[in-house]
Amino acid sequence: MVVPNSKAPDAVVVNDLAKTFVVPRERSHTLKERALHPLGRRHADQLDALSGVSFNVAAGEFCGIVGRNGSGKSTLLKCLAGIYRADRGTIHVRGRMSAFIELGVGFNPDLAARDNIIANGILLGLTASQARQRVDAVIAFAELEEFADLKLKNYSSGMHVRLAFSVMIQVDADILLIDEVLAVGDASFQQKCFDVFNDLRDRGKTILLVTHDMGSVERFCHRAILLERGEVVAAGDPHEVATRYLDINFKRDEPTVAQPQERGGSGEARAEEIWVEDALGEHKTALQQGERCVARVRVKVTQAVEDPSFAIAFVNEQHQNHFVAATALEQERTGRFEAGEELIFSVEFDNRLGPGRYHLSFQMAQRGGGEDIIDRWERVTSVVVVSSRSAGGLVDLPCDMSIARVARGRSSVVETLS
Amino acid sequence: MSVVERVVPAQLPPAREVKGPTALAGSFSRFVHLTWTLAVQDFKLRFFGSILGYLWQLMRPLMLFGVLYVVFTQAIRIGAGIEYFAPTLLMNIVLYTFFGDATGGAVRSVVERENLVRKIHFPRLVVPGAVVLTAMFNLALNLFAVAIFVFASGVPVRLSWLMLPLLIMALVVFATGIAMLLSALYVRLRDVGPIWEVIMQVLFYGTPIIYVIELVHVEWLQQLMMMNPLGAILQQVRHTVIDPGAPSAAEAIGGAPYLLIPAGIVLGLFALGYWVFSREAPRIAEDL
Repeated sequence: MVVPNSKAPDAVVVNDLAKTFVVPRERSHTLKERALHPLGRRHADQLDALSGVSFNVAAGEFCGIVGRNGSGKSTLLKCLAGIYRADRGTIHVRGRMSAFIELGVGFNPDLAARDNIIANGILLGLTASQARQRVDAVIAFAELEEFADLKLKNYSSGMHVRLAFSVMIQVDADILLIDEVLAVGDASFQQKCFDVFNDLRDRGKTILLVTHDMGSVERFCHRAILLERGEVVAAGDPHEVATRYLDINFKRDEPTVAQPQERGGSGEARAEEIWVEDALGEHKTALQQGERCVARVRVKVTQAVEDPSFAIAFVNEQHQNHFVAATALEQERTGRFEAGEELIFSVEFDNRLGPGRYHLSFQMAQRGGGEDIIDRWERVTSVVVVSSRSAGGLVDLPCDMSIARVARGRSSVVETLS
Repeated sequence: MSVVERVVPAQLPPAREVKGPTALAGSFSRFVHLTWTLAVQDFKLRFFGSILGYLWQLMRPLMLFGVLYVVFTQAIRIGAGIEYFAPTLLMNIVLYTFFGDATGGAVRSVVERENLVRKIHFPRLVVPGAVVLTAMFNLALNLFAVAIFVFASGVPVRLSWLMLPLLIMALVVFATGIAMLLSALYVRLRDVGPIWEVIMQVLFYGTPIIYVIELVHVEWLQQLMMMNPLGAILQQVRHTVIDPGAPSAAEAIGGAPYLLIPAGIVLGLFALGYWVFSREAPRIAEDL
């Protein structure tokens, strides 16, 4: 958990932070209910949102906080922001801190944008004169000059969000706490937000970003922290943390047994199990794109077979064979297997599949054209391919990209830009 | 891998601890700023979209005054023999309206501002504070109307009018104490709403507002009414501003030392309100 190259002092130090919520099963809000059920308060569940979280964020660091829903990341942010009081542990910060739990909190629909900007600025910690000075900059950033005096209730939701984001970034704090506000606005405004994040980072602001989007974690963060059930389970390199997050996120995702589960073939041998492993040999239901992995089938032979062919197919959700590995084309002589033998057929490959769910099918056939099927087991199990860097293709093949300038009037490459 | 260089800021202020929300959040000036901003915003919004705007705010106490005045001078005639009954009645109604606006508005204020409380770190006391301040704005404007009535009724200008701001301050302190207490309690106990409404009704009839203290011929009851801070303040306002002939609060309660009781109640409720609010403030965001 130690920051690499941590010459910078820590801007945020969180030590052993714990927060428990008491969630009453039946909330007694009135005197009558309390009088009738004096013991009612005992029917409460304890919810440990945070149990002993410790981490440091160095000044100038862009730190991502990731975790599944209910992992405690929002509670952590609210404790950091001073909205919740922690039950145990300490938080120390150096510098002015501003928290953005939600965009546009405290906006009043009946007031004009201008008035809202001032009110919101003061709410976020500016003085009245500072807030007034910044109004024009906020409106300019939001590109809402024509609508500055329009009441907020007449704004479109996109305009609303733009205004809120602009207010947020005009509050100059040394430490910014931001809760998933990225997924807002149209594409061009989103780009603008990204530019702002880069800019804030380059200006040496310390930023804690709570998000689900592993893409932005890898894109912006120097470091990331993964929360799971109120504890820090990983901290460090954004890519590793993102990978770990995707891992955890899909772990609970039981492989769905697809139906109809067709089983066919003459039955000299039967596949008993199909699974996928990562490079370390661990069974996986989620695969990271770009990593080496192995699909394996365990087959029990009941009658001797000679040179059977094996095939494993990854079937995508459109029921297409997305990727098929078959021995028939490569290796005709697979050997003779006696009755009672058990064998394992493995397909090792670099996972270039696009993100999504894939079902695995297995087929074993007699030597020859593959018509005499011994065992066919379709859509047995499934794996999810996760990626934080896919551009959206069905496959992500490794490739080199370059741009070359072609000199006018000629067709030969004169200069390669890299 | 991230390839971006980290920019290290030149200097950092010393570390401070984040302790969670409190009533004042450490900064009194921010509390004042924010209370002022919210109160002004509320005040503006109240008249938004209405043609008569502020006049409506004035209308409420004036209408009540008009009805009561007619009833008590023509029908029941309890105000008939009393000097300056009209300005006294109006003044009482305006002050009571302020008290009701400030306390009644504060009860639900924290819950109504739930969105802010749960998402922004700011001094929690701002919320009931802004309600009281908005009520003060209204009071200031309503007092103009009272002033017109006072002059029109031929009440002479006196040096003792300088006491008025002090008495109003006492009323504000009283209202603020109750506002803090109720708004904090309401978060966990929603009964506070109706309970306070009943108490306000009791106070309206149990305080010499629509009648005068001289009409209460039972001595202990008179004293009891003056022990209620609202009663003592209204009585003193009447004595110093409108009619020096009317008994002062000290006279009505049976001696100046007894005034320590309403004064003690005001200060006690303020302290209690602040204590309860401060105690609840850290957890308000969770209990909502």
